Amino acid sequence: MTVLEQPGSYRPAPPPAWQPRTDPAPLLPEAEPLRVLGTPAAGGLDPVLLGRMYGELVRGRRYNAQATALTRQGRLAVYPASTGQEACQVAAALALEPQDWLFPSYRDTLAAVARGLDPVDALTLLRGDWHTGYDPHEHRVAPLCTPLATQLPHAVGLAHAARLKGDDVVALALVGDGGTSEGDFHEALNFAAVWRAPVVFLVQNNGFAISVPLAKQTAAPSLAHKAVGYGMPGRLVDGNDVAAVHQVLTEAVRHARNGGGPTLVEAVTYRMDAHTNADDATRYRSDAEVEAWRAHDPIALLERELTGRGLLDEAGIREAREAAERMAADLRERMNRDPVLDPMELFTHVYAEQTAQLREQAAQLRAELAAAGEPSPACREDDGPQEGRRR
Amino acid sequence: MTTAAVGTVHRATALAQALGRALRDAMAEDPSVHVLGEDVGTLGGVFRVTDGLAKEFGEDRCTDTPLAEAGILGAAVGMAMYGLRPVVEMQFDAFAYPAFEQLVSHVSRMRNRTRGALPMPITVRVPYGGGIGGVEHHSDSSEAYYLATPGLHVVAPATVADAYGLLRAAIASDDPVIFLEPKRLYWSKDGWDPERPEQVPGIGRAVVRRQGTSATLITYGPSVPVCMEAAEAAGAEGWDLEVIDLRSLVPFDEETVCASVRRTGRAVVVHESTGFGGPGGEIAARITERCFHHLEAPVLRVAGFDIPYPPPMLEKHQLPGVDRVLDAVARLQWESEWTSEGGVR
Repeated sequence: MTVLEQPGSYRPAPPPAWQPRTDPAPLLPEAEPLRVLGTPAAGGLDPVLLGRMYGELVRGRRYNAQATALTRQGRLAVYPASTGQEACQVAAALALEPQDWLFPSYRDTLAAVARGLDPVDALTLLRGDWHTGYDPHEHRVAPLCTPLATQLPHAVGLAHAARLKGDDVVALALVGDGGTSEGDFHEALNFAAVWRAPVVFLVQNNGFAISVPLAKQTAAPSLAHKAVGYGMPGRLVDGNDVAAVHQVLTEAVRHARNGGGPTLVEAVTYRMDAHTNADDATRYRSDAEVEAWRAHDPIALLERELTGRGLLDEAGIREAREAAERMAADLRERMNRDPVLDPMELFTHVYAEQTAQLREQAAQLRAELAAAGEPSPACREDDGPQEGRRR
Repeated sequence: MTTAAVGTVHRATALAQALGRALRDAMAEDPSVHVLGEDVGTLGGVFRVTDGLAKEFGEDRCTDTPLAEAGILGAAVGMAMYGLRPVVEMQFDAFAYPAFEQLVSHVSRMRNRTRGALPMPITVRVPYGGGIGGVEHHSDSSEAYYLATPGLHVVAPATVADAYGLLRAAIASDDPVIFLEPKRLYWSKDGWDPERPEQVPGIGRAVVRRQGTSATLITYGPSVPVCMEAAEAAGAEGWDLEVIDLRSLVPFDEETVCASVRRTGRAVVVHESTGFGGPGGEIAARITERCFHHLEAPVLRVAGFDIPYPPPMLEKHQLPGVDRVLDAVARLQWESEWTSEGGVR
């Protein structure tokens, strides 16, 4: 019997298959970026952790300055500095356990170094002597990723695989505000949520994708709000407040570790330097804007907190700066040595086993090198696969 | 050998079933093998290649993913980083394109980028090619994109035995393999017995499917049966054609190809993929570079026209068929032999 045959009997109802999937309210991010430093919440923080964060921030700032200087000396091909974003970089590294994995983008060299990577190895990509200068397994740091957001699905797949194997591993993937416009960002977040993969996505919203401001990138209320559409919690945090970023990331990592699935964290920060040493930021932003952010500097925020509570004095500040200078001097000294390159290695890692075509091309290059009086350092007859060699 | 007329064999397994059997055997043998893709679980894939795998191994081993090819392949990269051996299904040739960035920027380069620390033992299964009456975006021959990408292996089986053997080899490979499955041959049978899978040569070895002396047809995938049929028909014209099934485009088995062409002195490369910038150009160039003094005629190509793949009612004009292959063979400058041998060939 149809509805038409019984006038008045029809009651509007949802389509048969429809049911609410999840309550969006608990997934919504903070109304404004979470702050910890300078608030009562800071009183409960571990002084040892704060001291370590301070040391890492100061070291990180110096690292950015030294690496930028190395571009001027021709020792680095390019350096995308994270100056102003050190709180995000340091907090990301410190929020992870040793068995966890970090998936950095090209601007996240500092996070990789804060996780324990050798400062010189972390710069191999940017120096240009190889693409990835470290064994990713050693510190569980994936290769610094250049194509935007494409490392995010890798983080999801790795975390998913670890969970399938029953391993206690969380993946933390870093991306910028521009990267959130990429399709891979969408696909990664969707896969992570559907699979309840133990992943945390940290968006460092530094205001610009090279020159394009956030307003031209998205119409979302905040980038953290995007989480709701995937059915995962979104968190909004002051990206220059290292304690706040660390707290939010630690909570998200714990949530993932306990089987709660992924979290999207937006850290609001600012890229104090240009996109890279090759960029001219004066073409797209004002000095006044940069100065306003200088007053909200991540190191200054923490320094004020620590000195105000008597946890840091002039001697402590000097000590941190001296440690950073020692790191910079070591970096300078080692980066000023010419890397030893083996052109024959170009053919070594393309496949597990070289194809006939590559063997032929390797022979050609070997002959060219010999003719030029520059034989390969290894000068092997066999250019088959071998253990990764450093520098 | 043709793909038809094997009804008398008591165990008749279709090529698609042999692929499924290869996946099953690989999964049973190695717990790190995971299948993922769209509709591969409950449905068993739109071509039923993965039929029964989710039931036998569970949904964690054979997973219906969200509908997003870049996400599927990108997740497979992460899974491979953690020691798994993902087998990814792209539902159709043209639906693999969204995954192209992951493939080119990561899958193909990760081993090299990391000096071997992160190998990518990923198999990407791509149902490919035309001839099934598919509407737009369901019939592409996309191999040229893949073989132009260093770091990938590119494989295309043409027989049921090769479908099984090459897929097992692809899954076992520590390098990424683009596994092109000729849709047109999915339902072909040639008497292959799943209980006694014959050993086939590994990836990178071509096979002489038919021995001959007059000229060499070089082909792979769905064009292999076409060339076999052409070779049979050519007998009536007095040509004894050799047919080489490349089986893999990367690695390319130059040795087998050149040995044949040096013997016959004439070669035609046959594929569905477009001619300009297609695999045939590379193969013809290699033959010319290496066998120049053995050649009696320029190496010819029979390929798809350089047009977007036609709608199904016109596709018969695009696909290289027996007549087009024979026409090419006829253009291999036999006049020189007629002259020297008094007009007899």
